[in-house]
Amino acid sequence: MNRLRNLFKELKRYPSAVFGLVIITALFAVAVYAIVSIPYEQAIYLWRGGEQVWYQNPKNAAPVWFNWFSSTKRPETLILDSRAGDAVREVTERETGRNITLTFTFDYAYDDFPQELILYYHNTYEAKEPFATVYFYTPDGREIRVASMGVAHEQSFRFSQADKLKRRLGTEFIIEGLFADPNSDPEDPAPLKGQYQVVIEGVTFEKEADIQAELVMHGTLAGWAGTDHLRRDLTVALLWGTPVALLFGLLASFGTSVLTMIIAAIGVWFGGWVDELIQRITEINLVLPFLSILIMVGTFYSRSIWVILGVTILLSIFTGGIKSYRAIFLQIKESTYIEAARAYGATDARIIFRYLIPRIIPLLIPGLVSGIPSFVFLEASLAVLGLGDPVLPTWGKIINDAQSQGALYNGYYYWILEPAVLLIITGFAFAMLGFALDRIFNPRLREL
Amino acid sequence: MTENLPEQTPKQKRSASTSTFSRVLKYSGVRLVTLFITIVIGVYLTILIANMGGYVDQIMRSEIRERVTLAVTQDPANRDISPEQRNKLVEEKVRLEEKRLGLDRPFLVRSVNYLKNAMMLQLGRAQNMTSDSGSKQVRLIILERLPPTLLLMGTSNLILFFTSIFIALALSRRYGSWIDRMVVALSPTSSAPSWFYGIFFILIFAATLRVLPFGGMVDAPPPENRLAYVLSVLKHLILPAGSLIISSFFLSVYNWRTFFLIYSSEDYVEMAKAKGLSSRDIERRYILRPTLPTIVTSFALMIIGLWTGAIITETIFNWPGLGRTIFRAIGLYDTPVIVGTTIIYAYLLAITVFLLDFIYALVDPRVKVGGAQS
Repeated sequence: MNRLRNLFKELKRYPSAVFGLVIITALFAVAVYAIVSIPYEQAIYLWRGGEQVWYQNPKNAAPVWFNWFSSTKRPETLILDSRAGDAVREVTERETGRNITLTFTFDYAYDDFPQELILYYHNTYEAKEPFATVYFYTPDGREIRVASMGVAHEQSFRFSQADKLKRRLGTEFIIEGLFADPNSDPEDPAPLKGQYQVVIEGVTFEKEADIQAELVMHGTLAGWAGTDHLRRDLTVALLWGTPVALLFGLLASFGTSVLTMIIAAIGVWFGGWVDELIQRITEINLVLPFLSILIMVGTFYSRSIWVILGVTILLSIFTGGIKSYRAIFLQIKESTYIEAARAYGATDARIIFRYLIPRIIPLLIPGLVSGIPSFVFLEASLAVLGLGDPVLPTWGKIINDAQSQGALYNGYYYWILEPAVLLIITGFAFAMLGFALDRIFNPRLREL
Repeated sequence: MTENLPEQTPKQKRSASTSTFSRVLKYSGVRLVTLFITIVIGVYLTILIANMGGYVDQIMRSEIRERVTLAVTQDPANRDISPEQRNKLVEEKVRLEEKRLGLDRPFLVRSVNYLKNAMMLQLGRAQNMTSDSGSKQVRLIILERLPPTLLLMGTSNLILFFTSIFIALALSRRYGSWIDRMVVALSPTSSAPSWFYGIFFILIFAATLRVLPFGGMVDAPPPENRLAYVLSVLKHLILPAGSLIISSFFLSVYNWRTFFLIYSSEDYVEMAKAKGLSSRDIERRYILRPTLPTIVTSFALMIIGLWTGAIITETIFNWPGLGRTIFRAIGLYDTPVIVGTTIIYAYLLAITVFLLDFIYALVDPRVKVGGAQS
């Protein structure tokens, strides 16, 4: 306990270490928050869910905070649901059915056009489907008839695909045609700001039948992190990527350095053929192509993050690290206290685990911490090659999606930058902390 | 050779030189045998992994069956034959195809065969991939992809190696200056791999500024003019090479700087300083000379490291090099290509490791080949 307090005192002298520790603490907090707020099952459901889960989100929308830094305001996403009372509902009973009018009113004060307007009908009827006519009212009082059609139980209607409306508006781009200011330059139209109305005039042919609808306007901004090509909110993946990255980095680094140390200690202690075998394995491992093997395991066998983790550790044990540990153990082995332990009859296991290894732990910790970033990035690297875990959302998989959808060509920079910034923050934090720890535990370095 | 020396050589000297000779010979022999065994085991392991211990066979078998069945059923010539005949035809074609790929023999037998061929550098034929010139020879596929990789890796690694040693030497002289402290502070930037910087470079220079291309190696269509072609390749080279350099630059400078600092605090350097030697002389004679073995080693390992290419960076930049070919080969289960690249790397590594022992003895008079075997 006292030693730990001393360690912190020492660490405080390195601003980079304090900075790194703060970031690491924050990352752990985010990781815990992610696991608590979005349980594992739900995260996977959300991440693998398709249109049904994410229909309210626009595709490739930038984060909402873009508007804070820009003078031209881009439209956010708007959802009005008549079932939740977001529409004015008028019902008149007829002999053979009902006339239902749903009026959706919304203010539009943005400088850019939305992506899409969609109506999702949630109707109830027995046999004959209701009939609905949709009108669109602009702020300057123009009435545009959008479409008339019979509507089934669950039906969606996209404004941009109403072919007749194209002719009526005289433009290929319906959404722009609907929202454009008639006085603006037709070559470079600007949206008309003000109060818009979408009115559904429905007719049902049964007494009990009902028409309910959800009006969704897909803006070009959505959520705190934006959305991807499958309308998924990136917040889910960014949040859940945190525990995955931390866990992978920590486990891989911990497993590698601890196992390397134990194997080096065993080799040095028993010497002879054990030591020789370990050295030969290390040389063979040098010949094996590390990344190729990981890619092969990912392609042929399993992309599960646990399998990859295991293979990573296995391949990382017998590397240069084992040689430097061996050199140090060879020195320690000659110390008098080891001789004393041997004299009183300590077993091999006791000497290895109680006398050899504890001596080297101060050397282990900096290496362990500094090793974390490379494993965090390794996971991301594999994901970028399309070998990410098949179910879990991770940062690398976001970059992979973005890369394969040409995010950089299409200008969706946020899509790549968000996970990339998180990766680099994580990498830097551990690297900086490891760097300071190295100086504290190896005083010889401190002067350099 | 010493055996044939003239009789007048003093007996003592002769026995001394024979003993050196036999020591070196014995050492080289043992070293060569161990290295060879290492390669054999390493390559055999790669073969096992590249086939997933025979699991890839199953994947390939079912793929062949699917492909052949589809081809037979869709062939209009087979429309009129009975189902039994058609099945027979499918079986026959599957058998032929499996024989062509060698799937008719048990995996263990084949794996030993693979190993034998690989060790003799008979790389064989690829299963699915072809070179751009249409050949299935693994040798040709690799040779075709080698120049782009050597260009990219060679440019970036040579620049990285020499600039970082040069800068590190300068820094070790100005130890503690703000530039020195900045390099130390920036060394964590190397925790991010090169493809990561590649993405940022594409974002800045290709997507935003639009001054450099997104990827590829040459403009499409390639310029006719030779000079224009070279310039176009150079333009495409900047971003991938730059990201490879920047991703290891600061750590590399930091490591060399620390290394040189340790050597410049030796007593004999202090002595030289006291004698009033110029800093150039001190650097050349008292710092670079004793560190030469390390510099040579890392240079040699850097050179053979060029071979494997940079799988992810090449993929991100669409650079038509070996790294991307390896990645594609894995995706296509093309074991011969994977094993081919591995075996060549293994040989290069073994030869380098072997030669380094002798180079040490050349550059460092304190080292005797096979002398003090640790």
